[in-house]
Amino acid sequence: MFGTTFILALRSIRRHLLRSFLTTLGIVIGVAAVVAMVTLGKATTSAVQQQIAALGTNVLQIRPGQGFGRGGGGPRPPDFKPEDVTAIEQQVAGVTAVAPQASTAATAIYEGANWSTTIQGTTNAVFTVQPWPLAQGRTWTVPEEQAGKAVCIIGNTVRQNLFRGGDAVGRRMRIGDISCDVIGVLTARGQAGFGGDQDDTVVMPIKAVQRRFTGSRDIRLMLVGVDQAYSTTAVQASISDLLRERRNITGTKQDDFNIFDTKQISDTLTGTTTLLTRIVAAVAAISLVVGGIGIMNIMLVSVTERTREIGIRLAIGAVANEVLMQFLVEAVVLSMLGGLIGLVLAQLVIAGATPLMQVPWTFDPTINMVAFAIAAAIGVVFGYFPARRAAGLNPIDALRHE
Amino acid sequence: MTDPIISLRAVTKVYGSGPTAFQALKGVDLDIAAGDFVAVMGPSGSGKSTTMNILGCLDVPSAGTFLFRRHHVETLDRDQRALLRRKYLGFVFQGFNLLSRTSALENVELPLLYRGDDRKRRREAGMAALDKVGLADWWDHTPAELSGGQQQRVAIARAIVTRPDVLLADEPTGNLDSERSIEIMELLTDLNRESGITVLMVTHEPEMAAFAHTVVHFKDGLVERVDTNHRMGQEVS
Ligand SMILES: Nc1ncnc2c1ncn2[C@@H]1O[C@H](COP(=O)(O)OP(=O)(O)OP(=O)(O)O)[C@@H](O)[C@H]1O
Ligand SMILES: [Mg+2]
Repeated sequence: MFGTTFILALRSIRRHLLRSFLTTLGIVIGVAAVVAMVTLGKATTSAVQQQIAALGTNVLQIRPGQGFGRGGGGPRPPDFKPEDVTAIEQQVAGVTAVAPQASTAATAIYEGANWSTTIQGTTNAVFTVQPWPLAQGRTWTVPEEQAGKAVCIIGNTVRQNLFRGGDAVGRRMRIGDISCDVIGVLTARGQAGFGGDQDDTVVMPIKAVQRRFTGSRDIRLMLVGVDQAYSTTAVQASISDLLRERRNITGTKQDDFNIFDTKQISDTLTGTTTLLTRIVAAVAAISLVVGGIGIMNIMLVSVTERTREIGIRLAIGAVANEVLMQFLVEAVVLSMLGGLIGLVLAQLVIAGATPLMQVPWTFDPTINMVAFAIAAAIGVVFGYFPARRAAGLNPIDALRHE
Repeated sequence: MTDPIISLRAVTKVYGSGPTAFQALKGVDLDIAAGDFVAVMGPSGSGKSTTMNILGCLDVPSAGTFLFRRHHVETLDRDQRALLRRKYLGFVFQGFNLLSRTSALENVELPLLYRGDDRKRRREAGMAALDKVGLADWWDHTPAELSGGQQQRVAIARAIVTRPDVLLADEPTGNLDSERSIEIMELLTDLNRESGITVLMVTHEPEMAAFAHTVVHFKDGLVERVDTNHRMGQEVS
């Protein structure tokens, strides 16, 4: 009996191609929207997570001042000193390494090519705290670091623009007023979603930067690596206590420095993108339900339109269930076809959108299967009511229907 | 005399209820022998179609009994009656009632589909039925591409494709001109004679009724008179 109803449903769909397509358009759009939104949302979440992972996991960032903004009046809070770095390293339990950073903008020149970039002064500790492997060359030695030698490790963008992508290690380039030896090239990281091109940088020992560029011992940023076994919150609290003491902040006075937990940022951002994905998916799911109502609507119209046909089938000897099944199968086949078209459409949307959104292309089999199953289920649910109406028709009245 | 294939006893039919109730049949007694060709005549509103609907197992009497092949049809439910129609009955309607946008062959095959015949058997039986009504060459035409007479012949092919015992036709020539009508009547006569199908036909036209052996006259919801047509020289005893 199922074979028969299936044939009948397919025939009826084939006979009314345009109507069938319009009937299922809602499902097509609904499925495409749900699948595309969820997939793109997940891709965005994972892209955000990757970018944050690049900041290092279990890393605390310490800056002078309140929050990101300078905010309010009053004197600018003092920068950190090298002694603060040593103090944190030695006195706070759970700290694996502390990398100070002092940065400045400068123009790098090599054989007539010039490129303005950012110089970051730091110590070897940065490679422990924020793992960033070298593509070529080496990091500086301890003597080089302590002497503040003019040696530099360049990012891929600098290499591309200054050395035309050629060999850089062993060359000597000018940067600002000094010349320095290129000893290493960092692996390419690509665009960060926020914060621009991470590869557009030159890394030098902090002492060299302080002596030749900033002219002070000031440190604008400390990156603190936290041992996996310790909670970042506890370490953050200890550092806070230590810095308050060293900066003479007592009682209820506010901190004049801030500590960012990248893990916390990561969790927050991941939570936000996940929430956004859910909201957008919910909106898309509503369109899927609307699509289902569309199917029901047109199936109901179709039952009325085909009342005489139903009468003929009943007169010929179709039992009520066969008529019910025919219309139900028709609705389910329509919604499944719509679901399939929607899945294909979703892949096109994803393929088109991922390069624009700068997120990796992904294929999520689960959401594809779930969306398809929902489309089929919608066909059953919204097809049942019209089908039951068709099956309940009185053959004599149906035959007389104009 | 063998048992009649159809036997109505004191059949009444009331449409509606309460003060608007209308009694369309007021106690019909009617026997129809297997293999007979019966014309049903009578003024408009006399209950011909109502009777045909009951005989066609499309409707049930309000009271009385309807024996068809020893089944008490008045006791059967919707689906049981549908199965009786599927097995033993064929219908021809005044308005042809073919499925639009559907080829003649697919229309004719439809009852076989419900019987669960496979593709090959459907095709063979469908083509044979079309051949019988003289439309084998038109198998792939849709109703819109056929004349009224041809459509009615497709409808007859659809009615006989299951080799039914009884063919019910309510004003089968009502929408056709007299030439086309005669063709249809000749076809029905053929089917009755050669395939032994019992034919029950409602008509307003005495020329058409003349093709039948038996003419049942209805009046006011009752059988007024049953005539046997001697012109055919085949008196049903
Ligand atoms: N579904 C219905 N509801 C109410 N009354 C009905 C219904 N069907 C038929 N009737 C009434 O029953 C009576 C008999 O109807 P029927 O269709 O049997 O007449 P008929 O003999 O076939 O007439 P005609 O020659 O005009 O077709 C008519 O008065 C009609 O109005
Ligand atoms: Mg009538």
